[in-house]
Amino acid sequence: MSELTKSKKTDLTAAFIEQSGLLAKQNIHDPQVSLRQAAIDSFSSQGLPTNKTEAYKYTPITRQLEKHFSPLDMVTSSPELNAGLEEQIRNILLDVEANQLVFVNGHFMEDLSFIISPQEEISIMPLQDAFDQKKDVIEAYYGKQADVKSDPFIAINTAIANQGVFLHVPKRKVVEKPVLVYFFSDANEGNTAAHPRNLYVVEENAQVQVAESFYTFGNASSFNNTVTEIVLKEAAQMHYCKYQNESEQAYHTGTTQLIQNLNSHFHGINVSLKGSMIRNNVNAVLDAEHCETHLYGLYMLDGNTHVDNHTSVDHKKPNAFSNELYKGIMDDQSKGVFNGKIFVRPNAQKTNAFQSNANILLTNEASIDTKPQLEIWADDVKCSHGATTGQLDSEKMFYLQTRGLSKIQARAVLLKAFAGDVIQHIKIDALREAIEQVISKRLEKEL
Amino acid sequence: MLKINNLRAKIEDKEILKGINLEIKAGEVHAIMGPNGSGKSTLASVLAGREEFEVTEGSVEYLGNNLLEMDPEERAREGIFLAFQYPVEIPGVSTTNFLKTAINQIRLHKGLDPMDAVSFLKIMKEKMKLVEIDQALLSRSLNEGFSGGEKKRNEIFQMAMLEPKLAILDETDSGLDIDALRIVANGVNKLKNDNNATIVVTHYQRLLDYIIPDYVHVLYNGRIVKSGTKELAMELEEKGYDWIKEIADEAIA
Repeated sequence: MSELTKSKKTDLTAAFIEQSGLLAKQNIHDPQVSLRQAAIDSFSSQGLPTNKTEAYKYTPITRQLEKHFSPLDMVTSSPELNAGLEEQIRNILLDVEANQLVFVNGHFMEDLSFIISPQEEISIMPLQDAFDQKKDVIEAYYGKQADVKSDPFIAINTAIANQGVFLHVPKRKVVEKPVLVYFFSDANEGNTAAHPRNLYVVEENAQVQVAESFYTFGNASSFNNTVTEIVLKEAAQMHYCKYQNESEQAYHTGTTQLIQNLNSHFHGINVSLKGSMIRNNVNAVLDAEHCETHLYGLYMLDGNTHVDNHTSVDHKKPNAFSNELYKGIMDDQSKGVFNGKIFVRPNAQKTNAFQSNANILLTNEASIDTKPQLEIWADDVKCSHGATTGQLDSEKMFYLQTRGLSKIQARAVLLKAFAGDVIQHIKIDALREAIEQVISKRLEKEL
Repeated sequence: MLKINNLRAKIEDKEILKGINLEIKAGEVHAIMGPNGSGKSTLASVLAGREEFEVTEGSVEYLGNNLLEMDPEERAREGIFLAFQYPVEIPGVSTTNFLKTAINQIRLHKGLDPMDAVSFLKIMKEKMKLVEIDQALLSRSLNEGFSGGEKKRNEIFQMAMLEPKLAILDETDSGLDIDALRIVANGVNKLKNDNNATIVVTHYQRLLDYIIPDYVHVLYNGRIVKSGTKELAMELEEKGYDWIKEIADEAIA
């Protein structure tokens, strides 16, 4: 890549392109070779977002990546699972009856993973295995939902990702145990990068609960660039959580791309509590009638954490329902960004689409940029959106104090209630309780 | 119990309390009456510790301590309770839940162990009867969607749970129908004993038919311009506030 080291900017771009080229040489029989080629071609023409890229206007992720990573960091390296790291990991894994898949720096950790659901109920496996064993499903859906042209990070992921979770629920199966996926970044020995790629396909009348959790260990920088594609067939139901509690040196760009068919239901909850800079895209395409989509988000930030949630709900057909509630609490110098798009296509009559974004700023240095964007081409629809930003209500604080609660307790009570509006929708009890604990601990740290 | 001496307070640049003097002993009920804007609610707020008001002069001694130096929560833990004129709605927080925190905080302050769930429930049931409040209401978000009467009953219920030494009822009668008024007053009367005191802030004499005050003070333009017994309240009901205003204005002129 020496000819490309003229400026820092081309460094990272070149690194991704080169990595993609290496992959192509290594895996001559890679079934995804044409997909990867198209992705890297698209990335080459897009490049990383600049300060002129509208979609990344408030989130200068490229500058941060350039500042904290060298091109070599972006090559994923195999982690060594020593006793110390394993203990750190085991301390986080939820003690609950669930299917568990563990990844460290993008690599599948077989020893820490297990599947407890019966095979006829669900197929779960690392993506690499699915390329061999589930060719028909891969062929039908892999790389078909997330558009490489829509976002350079989707393009990078599509070009170089080779591991993640494959999940397929056959018709009429209700998966009893949730699927808990953990993506750990081990930055103890230096910078790390990973490009997890997940595909979840839920067939007719089937149901499943999935949670993706992201954690970082160590003080070096970590980068996660994830893509999750979700396909819900007729009357399928999915409960999906994405939870980020990473380090102050963690960078994250992620897209959850969802396509829904007739009568399908999706409940998605995104919780971001810690990281340096996080960008989450959630794109829901309601591609049939009578779909129901619920998107919830909580970003509760402190320090210098920067979290950007971009959501898009695309009503393509009539008689569907979507509801979106994102809430943010910004402390210290943290920064939140919310951009919520709703599209109602010309024939999507009788659409009900609601969106709400509420923010609390706890300091003068904290900030939020919030922008709802509604594009409605149908005339017989019910749509609403609203965004609020404020401080902690002094009247409520005073009321609680006159009952004997300290300022910190009163604040904790009010903020927990505020966050609870989102958290309560997490149906995987152990995960919800774990998140509640992190929140309580943070709110009561000054006690 | 409470000694207010030449208390002056302002909000932003507007002086509201212009030298209040008042002494309250254990076992007494004091009514503070007065026309709108006379400073009644400000006095209640200042005693409870609302930070928006700045005390510019005077002193308040509560059980031998300087009240004005205490945070609102410290005052609460030392036994001061303010029943709000407009109880605040707090979504996502149930009365039961936050009262548990409040009671245990007060107990901690007194050096007592936290109350166990069984005792808490037992006391709660007992106090619920007192103000005829339904348990379902207490499990709901605090005051959210409550009727005016339910909010006020919830205030008195909280007061019953926290067992204050000095209760300040700020316009507790406003917005109440006669049945709710009777229930609220009944609750207050049952909680009264020789060791606690009550300040009833009200515009109308109506509440004082049910909560009989030992003393009545008329607040006008930031000062107590007349004090008396419950007969004074009757007189105000009959004659209105204008004659008091005249007397007070003349005194200043």
